[in-house]
Amino acid sequence: MAKEYITTRNIAGPLIIVDSVEKATYGEIVEIKAADGSIKRGQVLEIDRDRALIQVFEGTSGLNLGETKVKFLGRGVQVGLAPSILGRIFDGSGSPIDDGPAIIPEKMADINGVPMNPYARNYPSEFIQTGVSAIDGLNTLVRGQKLPIFSGSGLPHAKLAAQIARQAKVKGEGEKFAVVFVAMGITFEEANYFINDFKETGALERSVMFINLGDDPVIERIATPRFGLTVAEYLAFDLGMHVLVIMTDMTNYCEALREISAARKEVPGRRGYPGYMYTDLASMYERAGRIKGKEGSITQIPILTMPEDDKTHPIPDLTGYITEGQIFLSRTLHQQAIYPPIDVLPSLSRLKDKGIGKGKTREDHSDVLNQLFAAYARGRESRELATVLGESALTKTDLIFVKFADRFEQEFVKQDEYEDRSIEETLDIGWKLLSMIPVEELKRIRPAFIEKYLKRYLKEEDKDAAQR
Amino acid sequence: MKENIGKVVKVSGPLVVAEDIPNAKMYEMVYVSDRKLFGEIIEIKGNNASIQVYEDTSGVGPGDPVYSTGMPLSVELGPGLIGSIYDGVQRPLDVLKEKYGDFIVRGSYEPALNRKKKWHFVPLVREGSDVVSGDPVGYVQETIAIKHYILIPIGLEGKIDFIADEGDYTVEDVIAKVKTGEGEKEVKMYQKWPVRIGRPYAKRLPPNEPLITGQRVIDAFFPIAKGGTACVPGPFGSGKTVIQHQLSKWSDADIIIFIGCGERGNEMTDVLMEFPELTDPRTDRPLMERTILIANTSNMPVAAREASVFTGITMGEYFRDMGYTVALMADSTSRWAEAMREMSGRLEEMPGEEGYPAYLASRISSFYERAGRVIVLGNEKKESALSVIGAVSPPGGDLSDPVVQATLRTVRVFWSLDAQLAYARHFPSIHWLRSYSLYADSLKDFYTSRLGKEWAEMRKEFMKILRREAELQEMVRLVGIDALSPSDRLIMEVARSIREDFLQQNAFMEEDTYTSLEKQKRMMRLIHLFYVYAQDALKKGVNLDKIVDLPVRVDISRSKLIPEDNLEKFDEIEKKLKESFEALISEVQNG
Ligand SMILES: Nc1ncnc2c1ncn2[C@@H]1O[C@H](COP(=O)(O)OP(=O)(O)OP(=O)(O)O)[C@@H](O)[C@H]1O
Ligand SMILES: [Mg+2]
Repeated sequence: MAKEYITTRNIAGPLIIVDSVEKATYGEIVEIKAADGSIKRGQVLEIDRDRALIQVFEGTSGLNLGETKVKFLGRGVQVGLAPSILGRIFDGSGSPIDDGPAIIPEKMADINGVPMNPYARNYPSEFIQTGVSAIDGLNTLVRGQKLPIFSGSGLPHAKLAAQIARQAKVKGEGEKFAVVFVAMGITFEEANYFINDFKETGALERSVMFINLGDDPVIERIATPRFGLTVAEYLAFDLGMHVLVIMTDMTNYCEALREISAARKEVPGRRGYPGYMYTDLASMYERAGRIKGKEGSITQIPILTMPEDDKTHPIPDLTGYITEGQIFLSRTLHQQAIYPPIDVLPSLSRLKDKGIGKGKTREDHSDVLNQLFAAYARGRESRELATVLGESALTKTDLIFVKFADRFEQEFVKQDEYEDRSIEETLDIGWKLLSMIPVEELKRIRPAFIEKYLKRYLKEEDKDAAQR
Repeated sequence: MKENIGKVVKVSGPLVVAEDIPNAKMYEMVYVSDRKLFGEIIEIKGNNASIQVYEDTSGVGPGDPVYSTGMPLSVELGPGLIGSIYDGVQRPLDVLKEKYGDFIVRGSYEPALNRKKKWHFVPLVREGSDVVSGDPVGYVQETIAIKHYILIPIGLEGKIDFIADEGDYTVEDVIAKVKTGEGEKEVKMYQKWPVRIGRPYAKRLPPNEPLITGQRVIDAFFPIAKGGTACVPGPFGSGKTVIQHQLSKWSDADIIIFIGCGERGNEMTDVLMEFPELTDPRTDRPLMERTILIANTSNMPVAAREASVFTGITMGEYFRDMGYTVALMADSTSRWAEAMREMSGRLEEMPGEEGYPAYLASRISSFYERAGRVIVLGNEKKESALSVIGAVSPPGGDLSDPVVQATLRTVRVFWSLDAQLAYARHFPSIHWLRSYSLYADSLKDFYTSRLGKEWAEMRKEFMKILRREAELQEMVRLVGIDALSPSDRLIMEVARSIREDFLQQNAFMEEDTYTSLEKQKRMMRLIHLFYVYAQDALKKGVNLDKIVDLPVRVDISRSKLIPEDNLEKFDEIEKKLKESFEALISEVQNG
């Protein structure tokens, strides 16, 4: 029976300090009993001789100096794992909230995980079809990648994430697929949206959800994604499943981190976030990946809302430094009622090159991608010029590119929330739009592909032109 | 046994404080707790020693034992380094994977160099020869391209008493004995060296030769010297890693050391999968046969990240001491600086700028100062060079970041990556107006003797055109392009051609990823000729639009793709260029 200490000496914000501790270790989990008998959990952040500094996941309200009882459990935070975990919903610290039975674990695992040996990694290269053209066509996602969505408040990132979770598949394979959903400090409504969407589409049976809502304990959010990722590792590398992890909203996570740092009176970094935030975020994002000789994979889609849509804010900035690209949502596109409002210019999938082309998507993919990108960039530039100097300042070709940019947004980027486009459809829309542009301007496409793919659209467009 | 044991009194993340470590020394290696977690003493206050621990400290608490070793943190240097992948404290990651599985188990230890493997040793000295530190006593053909010389360890000199016959030996076998003033000393094929101390050399020399990288914007505009230092700051996604991978692949160094310092695991995998498949254009051997990888990725222990750059540079110096040209990449030095900041914060040191320790700048410069062109120790007086190229990842791409500023004060080449260029997919996104190379002057002689005077002239002219373009662009934004004179508009066109047809270089396109100096010169000359002819044609009354629309411009833009073994193609284009302009001029003159 572990000893109970009533020697709490200090309570400040989410932290308590306990004195005269005989044996405690770094990272150890503690059980804290408040005067009213309620139980909270915490973790040792620092131990100096007989004095332990503890972060309390559920917050310190209700704790006092004389009656608080602290028990050191002699282990780190763990999660019980078993195949029956699929289909279940948990709170932010891993207790079931779906009225189901407790999980009978086959295995216990520390939620902090262990770093993957870089030598054991397998380079992600298998194309995941999300059915969303702006992603599949231009910012292709591959298995084992970490690709965040950089969003802003009020933008439909939840809708997009749910659509990806619903539609994501690997071409021509009926493999074992699972979704781990981690909610950190989001609203009840948003969480409910995911739960209902998963229920309706039958995705719930192959999902595991960890839900910490906006009014749930803030410090608990430090642990929530780690529960999710530990489950994901189990599903991927023990059970051989392909796991998609959606984590929303990383901004709330980082704020919890800042709160603890401030309570510890650490030297603050930019905007008050702790200097170790990069390392802390990396310890989660780097848990995505594939392992040589193993079936499964972990693909991460973290979602974050950029404060004031500012991508240089520390949260998107540090995330971008760790992840393998990013998907940007644009307020301007959203205001024009374009869903999904993905701005393809600043978006980037760094692993796309290894996941596209012959045998993976289609032989012409890379050329189409480069040409669409270049043409859209030119169209956008000309459009901006036209707003300053007037359309008369544009050449005839530039005007075509402006028109291209408009149609690109309306026909390629825009699609229905339930529209699941195959990669062939996506590329064909691309070709159709490219057919607007004079052939000699299609410098990035190999002539053989122009011959093979562009021909059939040329006629159609000519007809259009004739009607006009 | 008891006497070399101390006791943990405090644990704060990677920092452990222990008391009663007998005879504790700064930078001494220790093992913490019964799990034998590896650490290094970084501060001593009275009876207390602060230890940075290279592994996760969860589960460690006051009262746990600390075992001292008396040894400073060192690396093993000997045959077997090449082609290896190590973590920040030189644990062999491939061996760890074989033995312990896909995740890095705490407290797992394996020697950096294989103790069982036999290497074929060829002696180079005879019994009775006089040797000094740094003299090779023999070599092992480690890869087809690299002879690994076995050097007399630093501090040893005397007469060879014994030298092993040619034959197969392990790194632990004694291959020579040296009679010194203090008795006979054994020499094995490997030695140890403390990472925080630079290996000595005979003399430092100023750099005089470029490290040829095959990257046009670097070789032509902002070259780095062999033995020089460069930094690559830029926001996320601006191309720092790709540039460093490109230099690792194509630069004309004998040995490449790539340190993944707090960056992505997949980027190391990328190198591990790609390098064995690519061949070094100079030796025709797989690139992995000249490469050493150090991978301390962002999720691996932060203290080991701090050590990783020293581990890497010590290996670099060791190959330099054999007479090789070494290029070392550190991606990213910001993560290294952050590791220092984290340790400093936990030591409760007085913070300097942005929480970084006050000694940030001196640490950075002492790292880059280990680069250089030198005459190595030993009787042969070989010349060799160690170049260091560090990526810097400033928050938000803001160059006022203390790490960028401290780095700029010490390095001689600045490749400034620009977010706007990267966003427009202009790669490498090295900004031509903000970057600089302080070697440009000292390397001029090399370029002139190799490529003629023309090279430096065109370089100067191109820079002038690009600067002028920036001014003209300001005007265009205010008054529109129509307000420019035809000659100014020509400058805009030529500048665009320099940017798009010369500076832009796609790392992922086979024909474009590497360009020889000769081809670079031919490419520059095409653009330059166009400019010269066009100025002349304008003077003779040719309409600018006609010049701009010349079909030969497409040939210029495709000149990137001309294979290295078919440079005569440039003669054809030059001819076509000349004829095109002659035709335009005669059109005007004939009415
Ligand atoms: N020379 C190049 N040719 C083609 N593409 C490039 C080139 N350089 C960079 N890129 C593109 O830019 C992407 C990002 O480059 P890279 O990974 O080198 O950025 P980084 O500056 O290292 O970013 P981070 O700081 O996040 O590590 C690459 O995945 C690639 O798509
Ligand atoms: Mg990088």
